[in-house]
Amino acid sequence: MSLHRRTALPLAALVAGSALATQATAAEELNIYSARHYDSDAALYAAFTEETGIEVNVLEGDSDQLIQRLKLEGEAGPADVLITVDAGRLWRGEHEDVFKSVESEVLNERLPAHMRHPEGKWFGFSQRVRALFIDPTAVDADEVSRYEDLADPALEGEVCIRSSNNIYNQSLLASMIAHHGEEEAEAWAEGVVANFARDPEGGDTDQIRGVASGECSVAVANHYYYVRLLNSDNEADREVAEKVEIVFPNQDDRGAHINVGGAGVVKGAPNEENAVRFLEFLASDEAQALFATGNYEFPAVESAELDGVLASWGDFKKDDLNVSVLGENNPEAVRIFDRAGWR
Amino acid sequence: MTSPASSRARTPSRLSLPLNLWNALTIGIALIVALPVLVVLTHLFMPTDGIWQHLGSTVLPRYLGNTLFLVVTVGLGTFVIGTGTAWLVVMCRFPGRRLFEWGLLLPLAVPTYVIAYAYTDFLQYAGPIQTWLRETFGWSAGDYFFPDIRSLWGAATLITLVLYPYVYMLARAAFLEQSVCVLDVGRTLGRGPWRLFTSVALPLARPAIVGGVSLALMETLNEFGAVQYFGVDTFTTGIYRTWFGMGEQVAAAQLAACLLAFVIALVLLERWSRGKRRYFHTTGRYQQMPEFALHGGRAWAATLACLTPVLLGFLIPSGLLGYLSVQGGDALFGAAFLEFAGNSLLLAALASIVAVSLALLLSYGARLNPGRITRVATRVAAMGYAVPGSVVAVGILIPFVWLDHQINDFMKGQFGMVVGLLLSGSAFILIYAYLVRFLAVSFNAIEASLGKVTPSMDAASRTLGQTAGGTLRKVHTPIMRGSLIAAGILVFVDVMKELPATVILRPFNFDTLAIRAHSLAADERLAEASTSSLAIVAVGIIPVILLSVAMRRSRPGS
Repeated sequence: MSLHRRTALPLAALVAGSALATQATAAEELNIYSARHYDSDAALYAAFTEETGIEVNVLEGDSDQLIQRLKLEGEAGPADVLITVDAGRLWRGEHEDVFKSVESEVLNERLPAHMRHPEGKWFGFSQRVRALFIDPTAVDADEVSRYEDLADPALEGEVCIRSSNNIYNQSLLASMIAHHGEEEAEAWAEGVVANFARDPEGGDTDQIRGVASGECSVAVANHYYYVRLLNSDNEADREVAEKVEIVFPNQDDRGAHINVGGAGVVKGAPNEENAVRFLEFLASDEAQALFATGNYEFPAVESAELDGVLASWGDFKKDDLNVSVLGENNPEAVRIFDRAGWR
Repeated sequence: MTSPASSRARTPSRLSLPLNLWNALTIGIALIVALPVLVVLTHLFMPTDGIWQHLGSTVLPRYLGNTLFLVVTVGLGTFVIGTGTAWLVVMCRFPGRRLFEWGLLLPLAVPTYVIAYAYTDFLQYAGPIQTWLRETFGWSAGDYFFPDIRSLWGAATLITLVLYPYVYMLARAAFLEQSVCVLDVGRTLGRGPWRLFTSVALPLARPAIVGGVSLALMETLNEFGAVQYFGVDTFTTGIYRTWFGMGEQVAAAQLAACLLAFVIALVLLERWSRGKRRYFHTTGRYQQMPEFALHGGRAWAATLACLTPVLLGFLIPSGLLGYLSVQGGDALFGAAFLEFAGNSLLLAALASIVAVSLALLLSYGARLNPGRITRVATRVAAMGYAVPGSVVAVGILIPFVWLDHQINDFMKGQFGMVVGLLLSGSAFILIYAYLVRFLAVSFNAIEASLGKVTPSMDAASRTLGQTAGGTLRKVHTPIMRGSLIAAGILVFVDVMKELPATVILRPFNFDTLAIRAHSLAADERLAEASTSSLAIVAVGIIPVILLSVAMRRSRPGS
């Protein structure tokens, strides 16, 4: 008797816990796993629901963990769409076989070929540039105009760049491997490590701040972090942005390293039709405005409107390396970072 | 075979039946909770191609070095701060003591990643302090020395500041529960406050203090948010990188197994050094505690000693976060926030009720059957605390998804219904994950408390006709009421702060305060993350204050 009473409480708690389960039984719905954490996404999903009447359920998380969960859940899992923010991640998803090939005329027509997976496993909906940021009073834009310059001994103690745990750096090194081969890429990584102004710390914004505060004269960061500072409500942030200058690297050769934010339909998606509709919706001008410019990224669809700052930069040369190469070279990039002692 | 002799012989076996039931129950619960950890451990025997060679020759020495450094510094730091302040507050009279009794617990409400966000912004090169120094003295980079907050030392300091309350709380409870008679004997024999502390109170409180320090160390071992933010490579960040970054699941699980082995070694070392000594209360006689009234400089030194950890671990970071939120807080502040907070509270409350109930059953079961199997089972069940949350999550998903697939296939075959993944898509799995992670918290507290109840209590109760269950309910539970509440609140606060497992296991459209803070911080929007970080702290304070009230009430004899 007493034992029953002891166990009654935890049992009741467990039952209440399972009652919390979100039931996925509504007629028209779409289940999204997203690695994006932008508040503009809520508006994006709302717009989709308004247009199609399809309810959207979202689970936000870290890319690699979402892919891990998808892999474990297999085809009986609830997810329809995976949204993530780096070619390396899209490749990992593909590699773990979580995407299903999609054939869509709308997507093929709206998106340029290098922004799509050849078999329609995933589609890129926005572009981000890994740019250089310099202190114009300390270095010349001519001296630091290529990623290769970051390893130049002339910049000893001048370079701020974040940890190699970060996928953006892994993809950058993956592109170096693609262009120069493994050996030269490793020498480059070692050269950059020798030029560190400090041990890698913080995120991309912190590298830009490092230049502004004089801790280093060159930093590497994705362009939108800089635009975010420029457009900040906080005066101190705007001052930081005004002290640095953005440099689009390698304009005289292959162009600046580009990465994509993209999405794909999940294998075994219970609402596959809705998933394809959602991807097509993401390629519309309306959604592009929310998906790309909500985070100051470049839209994948060329007819879509650019954010004011981005438009003011005008045209610049982008590396047209197929982004799936970034994923293929990722494991080697991580190992090179480890060997080069890039924390 | 119906002779009187054989019916008499059956009597003892009927008596032992409930004991067997208890034994089965204990081992059963322990196995269920240990399952994810065991799943991870099975990877130990799988082959890996060359990845260990790569890890060993590149990053592994750094992971090891950093992790050991953190363990030693945080262990020492939490021990000194926690035990020292607990002794002061229990035994001495000095200005502000009443306030510090509960104030010293406040840093418990601050997650390590939150204190890291707060201090980094303030102390980094581009932050206000260093900028002010440079502007005032005309220095530039390299002209002056300023400790780098994003470093191993920075991480060790901040982790110590938010984890010492584990030691403080358990040490204080132990000092309060110590029989006055023992202390009186010490005083009669001429021990001053310092000698009384080192030669009587400290050895008597040893199990509780060790419990507290080991909680703090296990938190340190699987700490992810702050060390990752600081770029300090530890075993845990290494596991994460190997698993999710390099896609080497097997090697990562093997790294996790190494971490576990380390923890097991620590636990065994402590057990071995304790030897056969056991600590019981021999008397129920309590009187007003004899206090040492401190005067003048010594009194103020005591005040300062207690103020510093509260200031650095709670007041300053909260103030910094408050300032950041006012400057540019979260745009979603309002109704959405109530939902986040509601989810956090609900999960924490459910998890703590379940964790305390199971910990009570486990520790009592182990007391009834002090055999090797039960001991090992309960230890393994508590291991989950030392495993990084993201690894626990995967260890949970593997068996759960398997079970779900079985259910799904069965339903499809029998009724043509597609139910999908029933369990792994629900909040149920979250509660289970918290249980796996935090059972050790409640178990350690309850086991320490139960261990101090002398076995003659059990003997008396059983002689008077109570069953094992009745003894637990009528004798032990009332005695341990304070410890039970304390255990529940500890789990509550831990769940409020938990991040990695929640991120990966939660259902659709279900966000908590910790998730919100993490999303914004991961996106480098620290000012906006400050609002939810502050909210975690604010919601976490409530149970911490309740905890201090419960602890005060539980003090015998006053």
